[in-house]
Formats: sequence, C-alpha cells, structure tokens
Amino acid sequence: MTEHERFADDLALYALDALTGEDRARLDQHLAACAACRLELEQLRGDTALLALSAAGPRPPQRARQRLLDAVAREAAAVAPSIVQTSRKDGTPAWVGIPARRSWWGTLGWAAAAAVVVFALSLWRENLALKTMLASAGSRAAQSQREMEELRRIAAPIIAPEAQRVTLVSAKTPPQPQGKAFYLRGRGSLVFLANNMPPLPPQKAYELWLIPTSGAPIPAGVFKPDAHGSANVVNPPLPAGADAKAFAITVENEAGASTPTMPIVMMGTGE
Amino acid sequence: MGGFCVSLYKEETEGLSSPQTQGVPADLALVTGLKSGDQGAMAQLYDRYSSVVYAVALRVLGDAGAAEDVLQEVFLQLWRNPSAFDAARGSLASWLAVITRNRAIDMLRRRKPETDIEDVIVSVAPDLAGDADRARAAEKVRGIMVGMSLSQRSALEMAYWQGMSHSEIADKTGEPLGTVKTRIRSGLIALRKAFQT
Repeated sequence: MTEHERFADDLALYALDALTGEDRARLDQHLAACAACRLELEQLRGDTALLALSAAGPRPPQRARQRLLDAVAREAAAVAPSIVQTSRKDGTPAWVGIPARRSWWGTLGWAAAAAVVVFALSLWRENLALKTMLASAGSRAAQSQREMEELRRIAAPIIAPEAQRVTLVSAKTPPQPQGKAFYLRGRGSLVFLANNMPPLPPQKAYELWLIPTSGAPIPAGVFKPDAHGSANVVNPPLPAGADAKAFAITVENEAGASTPTMPIVMMGTGE
Repeated sequence: MGGFCVSLYKEETEGLSSPQTQGVPADLALVTGLKSGDQGAMAQLYDRYSSVVYAVALRVLGDAGAAEDVLQEVFLQLWRNPSAFDAARGSLASWLAVITRNRAIDMLRRRKPETDIEDVIVSVAPDLAGDADRARAAEKVRGIMVGMSLSQRSALEMAYWQGMSHSEIADKTGEPLGTVKTRIRSGLIALRKAFQT
C-alpha cells in the first residue's frame, strides 16, 4: 500500500473525527501539503452528511423556535435599533429608519479587536526583548571565545610537545633536573613542567604528588620524560580545594601508585 | 415587528437576481439576508432546517433537552457568523448536518469543540433544500445502510453516531485497525456512489 493509499483510508476517518493520535498528526501534516487530499476530505465530509439524513425523528418542540428567534432578536438589538422616533424642528414626530446594519465585528467585536491589538503589542515587545537578549548573549559568547584563544596562546609554548625548552643556569653549573608546579587551589588546577629529568628504565615512570597540609600524599599525575628529559602534567584529576604544602616526585611502576614509594627524588615547597 | 421586517425584505429581493424556485428564496439569498441582520431570513432558515439539525442531535445525544440545546447553538452560530458558510462549497443542509453532528459528538464526549465551524468545508453533497428531497434521500441512505454487511454498518454507525475513534472501534469489535479503516471508507464511498447517478 503506497503512502497516498494509506492516507485514503485515514481521510475517511478524519472526516468522521474518528482519527486520533499519531495517525491524525501525520495526516494533518500531509493535508497541509496535498490539495488532492484536501478535496477528497471535503467530499468525504459531504458523504458523512448523507449519513446524517438517515436520522429520522420527531420535529423539535415548538417552543424551540421562539427561543431561538428571541435570542436572535436580543443579539440584533444589542447592535442597533431599527427605527427610532425623533421630532422635526416644528415639533411633529417623525420616524427615522436606521438600517439594522450588523456591525461586521459583532457585539464583542471591538473588545475582541482591542484585545488582539494589546496582545500583538505585548508579543512585539517580548520579541524585541528576546532579540536584545540574544544579541548580548552573542557578544558575551564572542568575548569568552576571545579569552579562550588568548589563554591558548599563552599556554601553547609551555605545554606544546614541540616547544623548545631551555633551562638557564649560571655558567659553571650543568643543568639539573628541574620541575615547576603551578597550582590553583580553588579550582584544583595544576600545570607541572619538568626539564632535564634523567631517563627511566622501561617499566618505570615518575609520579607527581601533592603533599597536603594534613593527610596522605595525593597522586597528581604520572609522566615519562621525552628524549630531552622534558615532561609535563596538565590538570590531572585532583580533589578540589586541597591545600598544598609541597609537591614531590617519586619513581613508580608505569601504571602509577596510590601511595608514594620511597625515596623521594625531587621536592619543592611554595615560592 | 418581525412580520414587518419580513415583508419589507421580500419586496427588496424580488428586484435582485438571486434564483428562486416557486417564489421561495434560495438558501443563499437567506444567508445573505443574515449578513444584513434580517431576522425573518433566520426564521425561514430555521423552519427549513430545524428538523434535520434536531434529528441529528437527538440521534447522537438521545436526550431531547440536550438536542434542543445543540439546535439552539447551531442556529445562533449561523446567525452570528453567516460568512462561515460558503455556499460555493456545498449545500447548507449538508453543512448544517456536519456541524450539528460534530457539535453533538463533542457534547456527548464532553470535549471542547474540535473544529471551528469556519474550518468545515463540505463539497459536492446533493442539494436537499426541500423536505421531499430530504425524505427521498433519507430513504435511499437507509436502503444502502441495510444493504451493507453488519460489520460495515456497525463500524460506520459507531464512528458516526457514537463518535468512537478507530482504535476504540477496533478494540470493541476485535477487528484489526486496518480493517476498520477500510470498512469505514468503503462505506462512505458506497453512499457517495449511490447519489452520483
């Protein structure tokens, strides 16, 4: 069964208001785009009207007629009277016919129209406010983006593997293993840079430790120096707010350890 | 005062070019009259179609009081918004029948009206202005319904007079959804064909 054929059956149900749920939603969507189906729907509605005719029954009660006509008269009167009595200049009475023109909008029309205008105005204002918000959000996003790029530029020479690292020492001293830790306690952010680290046997690695003011040393990253003896550790997972008394390095197995294996090979406290 | 308005109106329409059969104004002329606030036109339309509207409402709701309420509502809607009926698209009788049935089903199921009357477009149904025409058509329809299979007739009636959804009908009859859908559609087509000749 093709799509269109399937809709053919659904159309009949739709004409009877018997189509529900997903099927109805699908058909609504289809009808919006398919004139042929809309025409078929009209015809089916006409067919359903034939069903209505098979209803035989008593005529409505007489009072219903007057009830309707009274209601109609009331609504008509609310709009405009048909004839009023006035008087001419000389005082004689005259009948003036005011055409019973039903206001195109109806009795509630002006109130409804006013309501629509107020609503439209409030929508317009809201739209304007939303646009302004979007614009400022957009510019904030652009600013954040710029800050990010700035930070990346700063960090690049420090952490890029291809960056050249030079340790400057006073002329007579050969370069020593050196490590620098940059730690932001509030965020638990840590950047650690090492130079001139001696190479390690294959299954071993250096491990960095954060030594807190109280409690056991906290693992802060495992690293292996490259051919030049350089290494870095950037933002290892750390518990937030750890108060660092010192940083230390030990030699561990490649996978790292949860407690340091003595001896400590390097250590430093705050500058 | 009502009589005064009517006779005045009739004099005016005889000058217009609207078609009249046997000196009786056509539906279109009466609906046009509604647009000018002619209460007499409303009375004539009521006299012409109240029985159809009431019969449909009563068949759906099974309650005389509720049916009378629907009758009132349908005609008042027509009075307030005669432009909603676009004669180019179908006969007033069919249009009224469709609206009445929908409104009555909504009431039966205590739903809010699903469709605005302006959205109801009914085309190509036979013109049934006269009582005699309608009586003949009603007989014809009843004949076709009787000729249908029981399962087809009851599916159609459940959907039309009880406002059951296709899934409700499938549940009640134990038939697959696809069968229910096809039955209902072919039933309506059968009705259409009978009136096309």
